[in-house]
Amino acid sequence: MSSEAHSSAEYIKHHLQNLTYGQHADGSWGLAHSVQEAKEMGFFAINLDTMGFSILLGAAFLFLFHGVARRAKAGIPGGMQNFVEWIVEFIDGAVRGSFTARNNMVAPLALTIFIWIFLMNLMDLLPIDWIPGLATMLGLPYMKVVATTDPNATFGMSLAVFFLVLYYSIKMKGVGGFVGELTLQPFGKWGLPANLLLEGVNLIAKPVSLALRLFGNMYAGEMIFILIALMFSGGAVLALTGGVLQWAWAVFHILIITLQAFIFMTLTIVYMDMAHQEHH
Amino acid sequence: MNINMTLIGQSITFAIFVWFCMRFVWPPIVAALEARRKEIADGLAAADRGRHELELASKRSVESLHDAKQRASEIIALAEKRAAEVIDQSKQDARVEGERQLALAQAEIQQEVFRAREQLREQVAGLVVAGAEQILRREVDAKAHSALLEEIKNGI
Repeated sequence: MSSEAHSSAEYIKHHLQNLTYGQHADGSWGLAHSVQEAKEMGFFAINLDTMGFSILLGAAFLFLFHGVARRAKAGIPGGMQNFVEWIVEFIDGAVRGSFTARNNMVAPLALTIFIWIFLMNLMDLLPIDWIPGLATMLGLPYMKVVATTDPNATFGMSLAVFFLVLYYSIKMKGVGGFVGELTLQPFGKWGLPANLLLEGVNLIAKPVSLALRLFGNMYAGEMIFILIALMFSGGAVLALTGGVLQWAWAVFHILIITLQAFIFMTLTIVYMDMAHQEHH
Repeated sequence: MNINMTLIGQSITFAIFVWFCMRFVWPPIVAALEARRKEIADGLAAADRGRHELELASKRSVESLHDAKQRASEIIALAEKRAAEVIDQSKQDARVEGERQLALAQAEIQQEVFRAREQLREQVAGLVVAGAEQILRREVDAKAHSALLEEIKNGI
């Protein structure tokens, strides 16, 4: 029993570790073969699986959409063009609904966020042992398929959005306007420290909440898939129950992955809109 | 689950993807959508215009039909009037001609009558004179009574 518990813990840990490339403690470069090794690599290491899958999926999305965009014509659209146009119009509608200023970058930004996050989340619906199993056969120690369960990916995106928000805040309101927004409200100039604290937290909360919401949802979803997968090794009845549960959770997860992609996109649009507002 | 260079790598990847999307994906699709929207709007406008023109044309055709009918009836009325006039005219002509012929015939008859009467008178006078000569051969001196005879002859 204890060995089984041990192997369960191993299994879970194995599924939660990224394929990390970096400098070992002894100075050589290579893949981390244990959680401990990965931790010791520090900041100057890179998660090959996160980067690989996210770039692959993003490239697939852009390749597909670019192919449609290149052949896009005003006449009767084909099936693929129709599908792409449907998504583009959906994004365009969302941007028009929430974003009041004029900026040609927001809609493509929203489209990229939505589709990219959706595709990365979608990898969660693959049975969790397929690709890691394949990777093990190829000799790779770890393989995490869902890039959005890596906080590096979600924070990477949310920080990029955060820098855009800062950039447009300063561009639209000027440095003075932006600093004023941070310091002179809600309590007027005599409450400056309190204002700075409140507005600062408000500002920092944007990227943090964006990244953590997505990460948390996907991480929890992945965790449940892992726990369900553990049931497969517990006898016929448990395995059958696990199969049903996995199916049910996957169906529910379709909603979650779409919703999370949509929330990330919508909040990005809203933050960008706030960055463009000058009424304060 | 460690924060490492992946964070920066993801940010850069994300930025490149957004840039690519903004540069090569979004504008052509939106342009195609806009072009289609315009095409549809133009088509609808053209259809509207066509319908309007059809309406106008049908109104015009009704008007011209009405016009033509009116003109036709005018022409018919004119023709009828003209025909009546022509008939009247020819009646008039015929009557005048008839009267002229009648007058001519009457004048001729008159003349004939005069001539016949003249002849008759000549003949009667001759007969009378001849009769009288026969009867009065001996007693009547033609020379002496010629004045009288002439008077009788004129008196018939």
